[in-house]
Amino acid sequence: MIHVLMSSDYLMLEAPREKEFITGSEAAKEAIRRANVDIAIAYPITPQSETMQQVGYLYAEGYIKDYYRGEEEIGVMSAVAGASRAGVRVLTATAGPGLMRGMEAIVSWPGARLPSVLLVMCRVVNTPLAIQPDNVEISYLLNAGGIVLHGENQQDFYDFPLAGFMTGEKPEVTLPVAVAVDGFFVTHARGWVNMPSEDLKLPPRNCYHEAVPMMDNENPPIRISRDAPIQKSNFISYQMHASWQQEIWAAQERAKKWLDRWLGGLIEIVNPKAKTMIVASGAAVSQSREAVRQGEEQGLDIGLIKVKSLRPFPGKELDEALDHADRIIVPEFNYIGWLSKEVKSAIKRSDRVVAGPRVFGGMTMPTELILETITGIKK
Amino acid sequence: MSLKTIQAAPGFQDYLPKEYQDLLEDGPFFQQRKVSELGSFKEALEEHPMCAGCAMTLFIRLCYIGFPSLEHTVICGTAGCGRLAITQGAVPFVYGNYGDTNAVATGLKRGLEIRFKDQPKDVVVMAGDGGLADIGFHAVMHSWFRKEKFTTIMLDNEVYGNTGGQDSGMTQKGMVMKMAPTGKKFEKMDMLGLAKTAGVAYTARIAPTNPTRVANTVRKAVLIAREVGPTFIQAYTSCNIEYAIPTPKVMDDARDVEKDRYGFQEYFSDDAKTYWEESEKERKRLRRAAKK
Repeated sequence: MIHVLMSSDYLMLEAPREKEFITGSEAAKEAIRRANVDIAIAYPITPQSETMQQVGYLYAEGYIKDYYRGEEEIGVMSAVAGASRAGVRVLTATAGPGLMRGMEAIVSWPGARLPSVLLVMCRVVNTPLAIQPDNVEISYLLNAGGIVLHGENQQDFYDFPLAGFMTGEKPEVTLPVAVAVDGFFVTHARGWVNMPSEDLKLPPRNCYHEAVPMMDNENPPIRISRDAPIQKSNFISYQMHASWQQEIWAAQERAKKWLDRWLGGLIEIVNPKAKTMIVASGAAVSQSREAVRQGEEQGLDIGLIKVKSLRPFPGKELDEALDHADRIIVPEFNYIGWLSKEVKSAIKRSDRVVAGPRVFGGMTMPTELILETITGIKK
Repeated sequence: MSLKTIQAAPGFQDYLPKEYQDLLEDGPFFQQRKVSELGSFKEALEEHPMCAGCAMTLFIRLCYIGFPSLEHTVICGTAGCGRLAITQGAVPFVYGNYGDTNAVATGLKRGLEIRFKDQPKDVVVMAGDGGLADIGFHAVMHSWFRKEKFTTIMLDNEVYGNTGGQDSGMTQKGMVMKMAPTGKKFEKMDMLGLAKTAGVAYTARIAPTNPTRVANTVRKAVLIAREVGPTFIQAYTSCNIEYAIPTPKVMDDARDVEKDRYGFQEYFSDDAKTYWEESEKERKRLRRAAKK
């Protein structure tokens, strides 16, 4: 017997939870089981495939109303746009080159104000082609206009998709949400995940309480439809397009209070008074936690800030939490260092930021590498 | 939509724009209008920014008359000339990325089926030859292979008209166009043949020379898509600008092309034929019963 909840809060904050030792893909499946998803659209790519296969099993069990394998990512991401316009709750997932292929459709979702959840299991995107972990693809999502969350572990891959559906569908938000995790480290490894009973699920999407009308022809007829082109060369058109873009980014700001509520803050701070602070997101947080512990054994006082939400970016929160710090270390699983650039642009005295260490192309990040960056001593 | 939703609250009727009042009182909603009534009711599409004499515009106007439930129809389109008119129609229009129509329509149709179990919602793709045969080709083909239940209408003007006259896959071989400076090197794509191979339930090739036939064909395609499977209409809608057809001669050209290489053709799958014959029988029976 499935209980459709009246309140999202109960599932996220109040329902008693029990621990299970499962993979990230299984954690995402358990989130989707409870997310009251109407339609899920899949396309295989490593390391994402297993998750959407698991979601397919949920469809076979009756937890999801419709599910199919699309033709490729442009087709899938476009179909997500169609389903969201119809007013149903929609899910998809992709990874690396698949995200790049679907990007034209993905960047059109926020402007069309299309709530949905996109799971992103990061991997190498650039030539030479590989399937190894590397999260450079997140940098492309940062300018897309949608909400972007970056999960550290299996627990986050359970909690963040649920928070994503609930936040994106809020009337004042009405935006798509991407939940990224670092492939393999999270998707294929096991971790402890605290979850409420599987017979609970979120209330359904309430599409008539969102920022734009649904494309279901249940509205009074008008000559210019919601998706009309604003392509004329005049200042009214320019103004319309400009204000529309501003509104997308303003909606992200309005999402902050809901992410705060359901994720327990946009950031998490460990050892807040330390003069050396690490700022990290995704799997780099786990490695940094261990580096903090090992540093403590060596008599080093190191703090850590986990960034959960990349869009909206917690710039003010970081600025305040880092104001006392002498040095700020930003370890990352990509070559370009997108997080260090974000941090530098958000805080005062950005010369305190050490943009690294960075690993990429499938490399792991030994805790020694983080400690060496802090102490400057190579072992 | 329901008639109740679109009616003005008492006392506000007079303050709504005249056009809205006309659409409610004498429009195309909740009744099947006929081509013979043109000029005597408020059409879904009236003013538009299309070129003078454009055959595509005439065809689109006739489509709006053919749709069996205009009040429950959603149109998906893409970049190109057609959307300049379709956005002015009083029916919801999804203007997506170039080439995404049949993928968007897939998600839209499936989503609407989940939400509206007892009310058929007709999704119709209306886009150009470039949007459907070139950039949107994979999405079109896969929507057909998957047997998605919506209608695809190709506004085939055999050119990228909106971007200024480049050849498309549907341009005839040998035509000198902006990106075929020595003439197009390959044959016009056989989209009707591909549709049949992909298992489309009903296909039609048509030119806008016979308005009643256009409306009836569109109605047929939408009803078969609703009940049986994907349907496809390939319509010759000439570009009088890029093909330098004098405005008063546009319909002469349509008749010539129809006679030469674009004659009316339709194909039914076995399931579609059975459905259509039975529904026609039922329609005639109801008409006879109504007379008695």
